Amino acid sequence: MTASEPPVQVAREATSGALTGVRLGRAALSWVRQKPLGAAGAVIVLGMLLVALLAPVIAPYDPVRNAFDRMHVPPSTAHWFGTDQFGRDVLSRLVYGARTAMLVGLVASFIGASLGLMLGVASAYFGGRFDLFFQRLMDIFMAFPLIIMALAIVSIFGTGAHNVIVAITVPFIPRCARVVRSSALAVRELPYIDAARACGFSHARIMLHHVAPNVMAPYLIMLTAFLGQAILLEASLSYLGLGVQEPTPAWGLMLQGGAEEYAESAPWMAIFPGLAITVSVFAFNLFGDAVRDTLDPRLRSTG
Amino acid sequence: MQRIQSRIGLAWVVTSLLLAAACGPALAETPTHGGILTFVVPAEPPSFDGHRETTFALIHPIAPFYSVLIRVNPDNPGSPTDFVGDLALEVPEPTDNGTTYTFKLRQNATFADGQRVTADDVVATFNKIIFPPAGVASARRAFFSMVDTFYASDAFTVVFKLHHPSAAFIPALASPFNFIYSAKQLAQDMRWYEHQVLGSGPFIFTEHQPGAFITGRRHPNYHHAGQPYLDGFRAIFAKKQSLRVQAIRGGRAMIEFRGFPPKSRQDLVRALGEAITVQESDWNCVLLVTPNHLVPPFDDARVRRALSLAIDRWGGSTYLSKIAVVKTVGGVVFPGHPLAASADELREIAGYWEDLEASRIEARRLLQQAGVPEGFRFKLHNRGVDQPYKIVGTWLIDQWRHIGLNAEQWVQPTGPFFQTLRSQSKRFAVSMDFNCQAVVNPLLDVSKFVSNDRSGINYANYQDRVLDDLFDRMNRTPDTAEQRRLMRRFEKRALDEQAHMLVTLWWYRIIPHRSNVRGWTISPSHYLNQDLSTVWLAP
Repeated sequence: MTASEPPVQVAREATSGALTGVRLGRAALSWVRQKPLGAAGAVIVLGMLLVALLAPVIAPYDPVRNAFDRMHVPPSTAHWFGTDQFGRDVLSRLVYGARTAMLVGLVASFIGASLGLMLGVASAYFGGRFDLFFQRLMDIFMAFPLIIMALAIVSIFGTGAHNVIVAITVPFIPRCARVVRSSALAVRELPYIDAARACGFSHARIMLHHVAPNVMAPYLIMLTAFLGQAILLEASLSYLGLGVQEPTPAWGLMLQGGAEEYAESAPWMAIFPGLAITVSVFAFNLFGDAVRDTLDPRLRSTG
Repeated sequence: MQRIQSRIGLAWVVTSLLLAAACGPALAETPTHGGILTFVVPAEPPSFDGHRETTFALIHPIAPFYSVLIRVNPDNPGSPTDFVGDLALEVPEPTDNGTTYTFKLRQNATFADGQRVTADDVVATFNKIIFPPAGVASARRAFFSMVDTFYASDAFTVVFKLHHPSAAFIPALASPFNFIYSAKQLAQDMRWYEHQVLGSGPFIFTEHQPGAFITGRRHPNYHHAGQPYLDGFRAIFAKKQSLRVQAIRGGRAMIEFRGFPPKSRQDLVRALGEAITVQESDWNCVLLVTPNHLVPPFDDARVRRALSLAIDRWGGSTYLSKIAVVKTVGGVVFPGHPLAASADELREIAGYWEDLEASRIEARRLLQQAGVPEGFRFKLHNRGVDQPYKIVGTWLIDQWRHIGLNAEQWVQPTGPFFQTLRSQSKRFAVSMDFNCQAVVNPLLDVSKFVSNDRSGINYANYQDRVLDDLFDRMNRTPDTAEQRRLMRRFEKRALDEQAHMLVTLWWYRIIPHRSNVRGWTISPSHYLNQDLSTVWLAP
């Protein structure tokens, strides 16, 4: 605010801001009422994010430090989820494992979906031979199941967190591109696109400013759907020994090796990471479904 | 050397008596023919060439297809002195003051394609092993430094001439990796055997499905009468240990020849009772940490020494033995052997000190002196095999954290792992490696540590002529006391002064197998006695 602004206008803006906040709050409350499962998923996802961010504060022990005087300790007050064969606290590894899951899940999903958005929009916008060629390329990529494609990529680039992100990102791209393209094809035919062309705007500007914003709904749906899949894929790759490696805390890795070997005598080593993967994927799927129902006009209830 | 051999022999007699007492009823049984042996293998062979490879992943599925010139006695495989002929009729006594060995070959041995095995095949094989042409890898070339020349004196006689008498020659010759190849195939392509199988062993290669299995069927014209007893075998590749244990537990496999940790033994015995038989032995196998001397800061002996000083070997022996197939603290020589260092001698070497705290303070000082910053990051290259590679790798990373080093594990499957190790480049900074030998023969087993232009299996990329000289002198002197003295100097230089490679813990072998598998006896090496010619299945 500056001294020259009339007080009435300032008051109006403040009222307007408060009203927007109230409206958002009401909309959120309404969404929670309409989609309670989705809201539950969102709460869990939010919780996971907080756990990942605050891991050093929450985790009671160093997740990678070996403590051989505490090998295979069952759940107790000192170690709520017990310890593993190296004497490491399972809870602390789960807490830090959330970081790996969220990092891989969020980064791979965001990059995969965003690249898919760009490629899908471009394919629909340019059409013709470019679209034909590009879609056949996408067909080739989509012919491979997610896990097979990810395995192939890890085999080429090797193991490690960065390569796992690449391995998960690549198979996501064609899946998002295909969905976004179908929406963008319809948008491309709308009069305002012709108007933008008539104004002499560049292709990049039309795609970025006029097409992409109108296909955000399928993009967001795909993005949320990818999150759960990415976490599951990361866990699968780590379980197969192709993802992140010891001693990095990761849920899939915690299920591998020792957890299998000691499944009978120290079941907590397998149960808690298994639960973490299950709950997080379930939460992301619930949240993703709710987002899809909200953003997809065909699924939106008339109330 | 003779004194050493007699002491080993005495130890062996005692062990044999104990084994005989334990296995008495089994030994008394008459072998029966028939059946397919199924066994699990934790990794796939990097290639099919025994002369080039050093891994069980090759021996277990591939050795049954090949014969060797001489071998350890299959009924007495733990002995370092009991050798018998395989293609040779017998192990000859040396002549010319111990410098000439004349081997008479069996005349009934044939390759799987029907060609007869002759002296030319043996000569061509050892030419490839001892004098490999450029571009052909030979892992045991250094074992034969005493060999001057060899030739076929007739179609079924091979003569070896040595530079000097050597007690290490016969054990080196008995290595199970010395597969006899066809001279005809080698003449066409020296590397043919890397991708093909053609031997004169008890079994004939039938199928390899990469990632799944290798199968073999009985060689109908095998040169040992009545053998093999099995109709065939199926080697199933199963990388995960839990899978291999479950395969035996569920009856999908009868045995795994490498070894399980104590926990798996307990699980199998608890689940299967008398259907499981357990054989145990010390293991002539040790994991080494191999710093790449081409990659700074590991080209600095102070940094390599610091890596060793950080490791709590004595503590590790106690707790790692509960979860991994490692147990014994030792130096470069198989623990318990007369040439091995005593506990007191070991405590003089960096990384074996009694005071761990002082050791780690010294490690930090050395790192600081070498200019390595706190929190320095590097990758520990490791093999994608759980036992004991990944477990020991995880342990080492924790040990190095105590001196402010941050290592990250970089795991590769067996094939690519060896490619990286052998690259003679800067592709890895520090790698896990191993020194697993067949016949316990420390004078040659330590060839791993000699310069990489002499040893085919030194992957640390260094030349150390002082070590080479000590190695040569050890192998030339017949005086056992002098051998021992030289071995201590060799050990001190390799592990302490230069810390070229770091010895971790020696392995302990536990083989729980289905009780109907007979005719197989455990040895201190998972390479020995693996041609399966004497194995049979009880009904």
